[in-house]
Amino acid sequence: MTLLRHLIAALVAGAVIWALSVQLNAFRDFQMAEIAVYVVAIAGLSLLIGLSGQISLGQGAFMAIGAYTAALLMLHLNWPLWAVFPASAAVTALAGAVVGLAAARLSGPYLAGATLMLAVALPSLASQFPGVFGGDQGLSVTVIAPAALGATFPPTRWLAWVCALAALITLVILANLGRSRVGRNWRAIRDDPIAAALSGLNVGALRVLAFIVSAACAGLAGAMLAITTSLVSPGSFTLSLSIALLAGAVLGGLGTLTGALWGALVIVLVPTYVTDVATSHGLSGGVAANIPIAAYGVVLIIVMLVFPYGIQGGLRRLAGQFLPTSPTRPGSPGQRAPAGEHAEDLDSPYRRPPVSEHQEEGTS
Amino acid sequence: MNEFLQFTLGGVSFGMVYAAIALSLVLIWRGTRILNYSQGAMAVLTTYIALTVINHTGSYWAGFVIALAAGLVLGAVIERVVIRPVENRPPLNAVVVTIGLLVLIEGIAGIIYGGQYRSFPAAFSVTGLHAGSVTLGISRNDVFVAAAVLVVALALAAMFRYTSAGLRLRAAAFNAYAARLLGVRVGRVLTLGWALAGLIGALAGLLVSPATFLYPSSMDSIFVLGFTAAVIGGLDSPVGAIVGGLILGVVLNYVGGYLGSNLVPIFGLIALVAVLMIRPSGLFSVTHGRQV
Repeated sequence: MTLLRHLIAALVAGAVIWALSVQLNAFRDFQMAEIAVYVVAIAGLSLLIGLSGQISLGQGAFMAIGAYTAALLMLHLNWPLWAVFPASAAVTALAGAVVGLAAARLSGPYLAGATLMLAVALPSLASQFPGVFGGDQGLSVTVIAPAALGATFPPTRWLAWVCALAALITLVILANLGRSRVGRNWRAIRDDPIAAALSGLNVGALRVLAFIVSAACAGLAGAMLAITTSLVSPGSFTLSLSIALLAGAVLGGLGTLTGALWGALVIVLVPTYVTDVATSHGLSGGVAANIPIAAYGVVLIIVMLVFPYGIQGGLRRLAGQFLPTSPTRPGSPGQRAPAGEHAEDLDSPYRRPPVSEHQEEGTS
Repeated sequence: MNEFLQFTLGGVSFGMVYAAIALSLVLIWRGTRILNYSQGAMAVLTTYIALTVINHTGSYWAGFVIALAAGLVLGAVIERVVIRPVENRPPLNAVVVTIGLLVLIEGIAGIIYGGQYRSFPAAFSVTGLHAGSVTLGISRNDVFVAAAVLVVALALAAMFRYTSAGLRLRAAAFNAYAARLLGVRVGRVLTLGWALAGLIGALAGLLVSPATFLYPSSMDSIFVLGFTAAVIGGLDSPVGAIVGGLILGVVLNYVGGYLGSNLVPIFGLIALVAVLMIRPSGLFSVTHGRQV
């Protein structure tokens, strides 16, 4: 039943995307492909943080692994796209398993620090081994639309279709995973690892599994990014990419797939929109180049101050005010909580940990 | 052997800068349980202010003092204006707010000062020192860098230990609720903590910029290594921040000197993971009841 509902939602979304992509110009089609890339990467990260309770600043590093895998497979073995995508996801999932094994022991800021360093360190390997990875120039990848679509078919529209299809398939899989037993177990270890372990759950294995799934998403997103930008270089996988993905996940609303879409839209569209406005007002090059950066920072801060539970959380609260019965499931604890008290929602990833964390004497 | 000595001393000098960043992160973490991702960007802004003052007055020390004061004010203003509203929100909201600040401040620096690399003057001579016939591989300025961070760290330790403001800072970090009941104005204390962190971050920016040049994102890599140093030391321990910074500075200087600079980030990761595998909460953390 759930599977059917998710499939229908995906089909509707697919039809909307198809209709949009035919209307839009080449650049907007390219942006659509970009949004699909970010949706997949953010959805994986949002699942890791929102469901399993582990933070990662290294999602960009996993995207790099997926992108380089895709580029090498296409350059040296001429694999077709339908094989490259799953292969990139699988290779990255393997890397995710290794990182996850180390990460399962860490928590909070220590995990954030380790994954932050991963995001900085991994792309530098590409410069260390220029023979395989093409050094700072990177590897270039070209994808051409099938001849059956006609010679005048815009190549970016083909990219938008491929990426949107991959994103929809991923979202259906993730939506079902979140509703499955694994998803419930993740929520259990997120909320109280000790209670979950006492109930017979293998906390370590579940944490590693969450890292594997999240890394697989990032690997797929990396492969999609490789064909979208037709270049794989260390410069595409900077720390700011990982930070943007984390920001997107929190902005949209953690643990929700719709939130991943909001986050991706903000990350892709806000900078280009502000650049357009800045250049159309005749601002000089240096200022025009930096205003989108500053505006993006302002958006991050304001959304967090105005929508503490992300855009999706804010929309749910709005919907709750107008349609009092719809947002809570029958029998859920949210039914008893007054509107706007999300922190009391037992299913929410936003509950603060108990206060007793910091007990030692504060001497220096 | 001589080379080894040079790399060690040079590493100490860089390590003290990482230690300064780590110290500012620890100060904020202990008070508010927030990791300030904008620490590096704040330091860039104060260093630009120093450069402007130096260019106008011709005095390095005028710029130095004004940058430290600017760091103090910037830290306090940021805490009051954007951090206070998210302090009791989900922890990740504060993370995204400080990331937003990082992006915003770097954007503002780019708008005002442009993106080009600028050289920043050093306080003292940067020619190498010699002990007899042995080249030490460090300059007078490197000695100043290490000494400045050490003095600030000791002053901070003395403040925490012997002043009433320090006692209030410790009380608020230990248990904000109990401290508030005992009459500590926790809000002001947190602002003070952020202001002090801003000052130390500004110091780090002033000390490292002669070596790295100054541009809007020039502190990003320094911040990452400072964060790594803080995690290695254990985020609750100021002593750990200094030790973590020194370990990281020396190890990375060996790697950069003997193996090449491309490998520095990888070895930073290796050092961090190695420490965390043995002590998951850093070297100087107090062990709590074990979580699963």
